[in-house]
Amino acid sequence: MQRILEQAMQKAEAAEVFRVTSEETPVQFEADRLKHIQSKQSHVTALRVIKNGRIGYSVSSNPDDTAGLIDAALETAEFGMQAEFELPAPTDYKLVETYDPAVEAVPLEKMISLGAEMISAIKCNNKDIICEAGVSKDVVSVHIINSRGNDAAYTKSVFSMGIEGNLIRGTDMLFVAESESSCHPLTQTKTITDVVIRQLEWSKNQASVTGKIIPVIFTPDGVASALINPLMSAFNGKTVLEGASPIGDSLGKLVFDKKLNLFDDATIDYRPGSHPFDDEGVASHRTPLIENGLPASFLYDLQTSALAGKESTGNGHRGGGGLPSPSANAFIIPPGETAFNDMLADIKEGLVVEYLMGAGQGNILGGDFSGNVLLGFKVENGKITGRVKDTMVSGNVYQVLKEITAIGSDARWIGGFLHSPSLYCPSLSVSVKK
Amino acid sequence: MPDIEAVGRIIAEEIKKYRADHIEAHIEQAGSSHITYRGRKLESIGKSSGIGGNIRAQFNGGWGFASFNNLDDIPARIELAIKQAKLAGNSKSNLAKVKPVIDDVPAGIATNPVDIPLADKKKLLDEYNDVIWQTPELQTSVIGYGDGYKKSIFIDSGGSFIQQERADVSLRLMAIATDGSDVQQANMSLGSRGDFSQIQSLHSQVAEMAQRAVKLLSAPQIKGGEYTVVLDPVLAGVFVHEAFGHLSESDFIYENPRMREIMTLGKQFGGKHLNIVDGALVPNLRGSYKYDDEGVPASKTYLIKEGKLTGRLHSRETAAKMNEKPTGNARAVSYRYPPIVRMTNTFIEPGTVTFNDMIAGIKEGVYARNWYGGTTSMEMFTFSAAEAYMIKNGKIGGLMRPVVLSGNVFTTLQNIDAIGDDLDMNQGGGCGKGEQSPLPVSNGSPHIRIHNCLVGGA
Repeated sequence: MQRILEQAMQKAEAAEVFRVTSEETPVQFEADRLKHIQSKQSHVTALRVIKNGRIGYSVSSNPDDTAGLIDAALETAEFGMQAEFELPAPTDYKLVETYDPAVEAVPLEKMISLGAEMISAIKCNNKDIICEAGVSKDVVSVHIINSRGNDAAYTKSVFSMGIEGNLIRGTDMLFVAESESSCHPLTQTKTITDVVIRQLEWSKNQASVTGKIIPVIFTPDGVASALINPLMSAFNGKTVLEGASPIGDSLGKLVFDKKLNLFDDATIDYRPGSHPFDDEGVASHRTPLIENGLPASFLYDLQTSALAGKESTGNGHRGGGGLPSPSANAFIIPPGETAFNDMLADIKEGLVVEYLMGAGQGNILGGDFSGNVLLGFKVENGKITGRVKDTMVSGNVYQVLKEITAIGSDARWIGGFLHSPSLYCPSLSVSVKK
Repeated sequence: MPDIEAVGRIIAEEIKKYRADHIEAHIEQAGSSHITYRGRKLESIGKSSGIGGNIRAQFNGGWGFASFNNLDDIPARIELAIKQAKLAGNSKSNLAKVKPVIDDVPAGIATNPVDIPLADKKKLLDEYNDVIWQTPELQTSVIGYGDGYKKSIFIDSGGSFIQQERADVSLRLMAIATDGSDVQQANMSLGSRGDFSQIQSLHSQVAEMAQRAVKLLSAPQIKGGEYTVVLDPVLAGVFVHEAFGHLSESDFIYENPRMREIMTLGKQFGGKHLNIVDGALVPNLRGSYKYDDEGVPASKTYLIKEGKLTGRLHSRETAAKMNEKPTGNARAVSYRYPPIVRMTNTFIEPGTVTFNDMIAGIKEGVYARNWYGGTTSMEMFTFSAAEAYMIKNGKIGGLMRPVVLSGNVFTTLQNIDAIGDDLDMNQGGGCGKGEQSPLPVSNGSPHIRIHNCLVGGA
């Protein structure tokens, strides 16, 4: 890496070498049976240079092609954007724990037995269901060096497992699913299978809503599938800088319900979304995004923050192998005080939305969402009466989150990157196929 | 640069020394470039190159898979894949028989798009950006250009040694208009199998897109509910891909007895006018190729003929287990993943109805054009239109806000009551399945009319 940096510096004013080495070991079950065991080793080096004030960039997975990597970065710098930032100087990073050697040490046999255990728990509840399950252990090492002398590295371990069940009656298909991940090995399958079994119990009967505008409870999974993508785009400093965020001018103004808070946090120990620094070497933060309903700040990387006259919030990410760009580390919505059952008890006719399919395909920037309730339940007189189908829920995130009846006390992790409670919204538009 | 063909020859010899029910290897060498604009400025430009491979082995029905960037120490990779396969194996391996193939397939294009000077690519994109900003009311815009060139080698224990090259070009444009807190966007998405000239000369379409974003700000929202909907070829292509194509992928079917019941060949899925095809053998499209990633020759498969289910898409494993012929549909986005059953070029064959006749009888309906995206859960699907217009008494009315359409595949295919005569293929899509995305595919259709289609709205 040092050699790449030195060679690039012969022709550039500044340079940064970023290397990710990873090994993923997924074990996969198909149709209730163990089917695949894989090992994926990967090794990618990215070079960012600043030459004549402009940014050049190249990435390669070929360990022997140093010359090609350097040439490509210098070639693209001729056309690149004006660099407005300085690479970070050597930094004393605050410790964020992301590595547990016990993850690598979990034997394949143990992973296989965890998968089999999840499947047998679900099949015990319903023998007709067909399950796919996955258990994976991954280790990722990140190393970044730059021409200002910063040299930083961390290793992250991630253990994840999940199960998806498919139950078919006639041409009716029901999909139920849950997953969990951590930087520690996971040993308990019950927290996962209990969620799936509850989904199956609630789906035993079919029900249909009659109201056009009705109250909706988004479970933590429902929040993830319907509401989070528009927020991630609206709080992205780049969207704000371009004037394309609906809340770009709303810092300190009451935009959301007073009960709502939201953080981006990369500093929680042993969480898959955590790290001591981002992909540019900027130290990680806990960034308040919504405080008591008021937008508090936006997410920035180095270049965007420089253009906006702000500081980087440590949100520079290199998704898809490109240049760093702002994106969320992990979104945290703190829990409220209302128990899920108390939300149900408040509803005469309404919906519980667990998964809204297709919600991410509309006008995300504007906050509009519209999707098919792939997994959702009718609430009648305070009780769940069955699963709904052929039902679409539509709304606008800014209107929906302006008035929230209650925030659940049931916050939990959804995948590695969202921690959310249930949100009870008083009125949403629902369309039903007759 | 290591010579991947030489590495391939070594692997071909090496795998003969090991025992498993099946061993195969993929080695790839790839290059690509991308250019992104946001607003009036070029934002990001970069190049990438890569090399990597994998070994996949099957033993007693279980699969082992080892992928890597470092091409040294191949024997250790083979041993690892076999060890994993043995640990996973718990039944009997069963792969459809295919004849071993030795072939060398060139990319079939005059110019490798990666080799076109960056200055030339930038010049074209500068022109499009100028066209976009001739609509000065815009808030911002995005242009994403990408190209790639890949040489891949497939080797298996049956004796195949296949070298294939392919190139790909994609272009995505978006214009964004705002009005206070209201934000609207209009987009375009195109692609080709490596032919750069196919994304040139789009200036008037780009201008129209930019103007539409502004018009959307004053467009009303459709009231949610059931409508008679007419889809343009682009959106109907997304519909056939999402609503039916994914259901035809046999890896969802072969080990699920109830799915097999639902998907019994000969079952009536739509009217006699409905014919749906998938095939990589259809030439010069983004989903076209000669051999799939299991070395099986590409084919053209009728999924639905005259409304009846007549075929489905297979890997070697799903074909064998369903006692059907392999179709050459096992594909992987890269060497980092094993091949799985995927679509290629999927389309509804043209019928006889003209567009004017199609809308003539509609009292109140929706004309939906262009796409944002689509997704499916097999039974239920959603797909979103980027443009929507009301149809009133047989006439196309004003522009409405974009809509999401949703339905149940089994009733919606039956509800197609008119198929146009104007087939057009859309090459702008990339398909995602599991973690493998985006895979170059194309899809298409003539205009189609669906009655009682659920539209989400205010």
